[in-house]
Amino acid sequence: MADKNGPDGTGETGRGKQHETGIRDEDLERRRRELEASLATRLPNRLEGKDDAKAGSAAGYGQAVKLSSEFIAGVVVGAGIGWIIDRMAGSSPWGLIVFLLLGFGAGILNVMRSAGVVAEFGQGDKSRSGRDDSK
Amino acid sequence: MAADKVDPIHQFHIIKLIPINIGGYDLSFTNSALFMVATVVVAAAFLFLTTSSRSLVPGRLQSVSEMAYEFVANMLRDAAGTQGMKFFPLVFSLFMFVLVANLLGLFPYFFTITSHIIVTFGLAILVIGTVIVYGFMKHGLGFLKLFVPKGVPLVMMVLVVPIEVISFVSRPISLSVRLFANMLAGHITLKVFSGFVVSLSALGAVGVAGSILPLAMAVALTALELLVAFLQAYVFAVLTCMYLNDALHPSH
Repeated sequence: MADKNGPDGTGETGRGKQHETGIRDEDLERRRRELEASLATRLPNRLEGKDDAKAGSAAGYGQAVKLSSEFIAGVVVGAGIGWIIDRMAGSSPWGLIVFLLLGFGAGILNVMRSAGVVAEFGQGDKSRSGRDDSK
Repeated sequence: MAADKVDPIHQFHIIKLIPINIGGYDLSFTNSALFMVATVVVAAAFLFLTTSSRSLVPGRLQSVSEMAYEFVANMLRDAAGTQGMKFFPLVFSLFMFVLVANLLGLFPYFFTITSHIIVTFGLAILVIGTVIVYGFMKHGLGFLKLFVPKGVPLVMMVLVVPIEVISFVSRPISLSVRLFANMLAGHITLKVFSGFVVSLSALGAVGVAGSILPLAMAVALTALELLVAFLQAYVFAVLTCMYLNDALHPSH
């Protein structure tokens, strides 16, 4: 009985192991797919970038204009707000200095957002789920 | 001699066609206004005429109209969800206006209205105005949550919120600058290369042979401009959809 049980047990564990690896593969596959899906929702602009890339020779040029306009807009708006505050409060040049720096930050944020490195306004992942609910 | 003849900026000059002056404001009907009217007429006439037959199996032109409709509808649904479809008329009008204006501008001697920043800025302000008005109408002060990212420590808020606000305000500017800069740069490049052809071919046989190169460049650039005209209309519409999405779902 013990003899029989021994090989039987090993056989079962063997088969069990095989089964387990099968499950593990499936599990891994599922998790990988989930990760892909969540990454896709987290980086919404990547897809747009791919579309641009498909467009061929205009891709680099279009991307350059897009990113530079984003950056310039951030800096210009920051400087503009600072200048207006200075004019209204007479605090020249401090408003300009502070808001120019903030505008620089906003420009960088714009560029990173449009390159798809940073999530959209108010964190991309949550926004995706919120929108799925609304659908 | 050729320099004043081939002036790459000349094509963007505004010419008063019918001077109108009301209450000190210059409201003249200019060549820019003429081409805006032409753009609207061409876009509307194209859509009306091609969809008038309403055949079940669309002809070539009808399927172009239907493709444009489905293209914009899918874009809007992807970016802003089914709720966003209430903005479909706005987005479709903007897309068709920019697209037709860009394409009309490619004709020689035609005026490109999207190469003037005030026009594209007006369009961008319309978009952002819609986002702000609708956002406050629907969510009230909750719309301001757009500027407060979740999971940021309170101390950092002092820095993060102004940056987010500036980032939001810079959107209409980057939207308009992008369209304007693309059209302006493209048309100037095209004009400069065509100018080379003219001034080189005035130099005799060697010049004529040499002018083949800029001519080939001008032909290639025209194809590129055709692509850019479509791409910029597409980008403008896509970004409009994304901003409208913020108005629909500001708090996450």
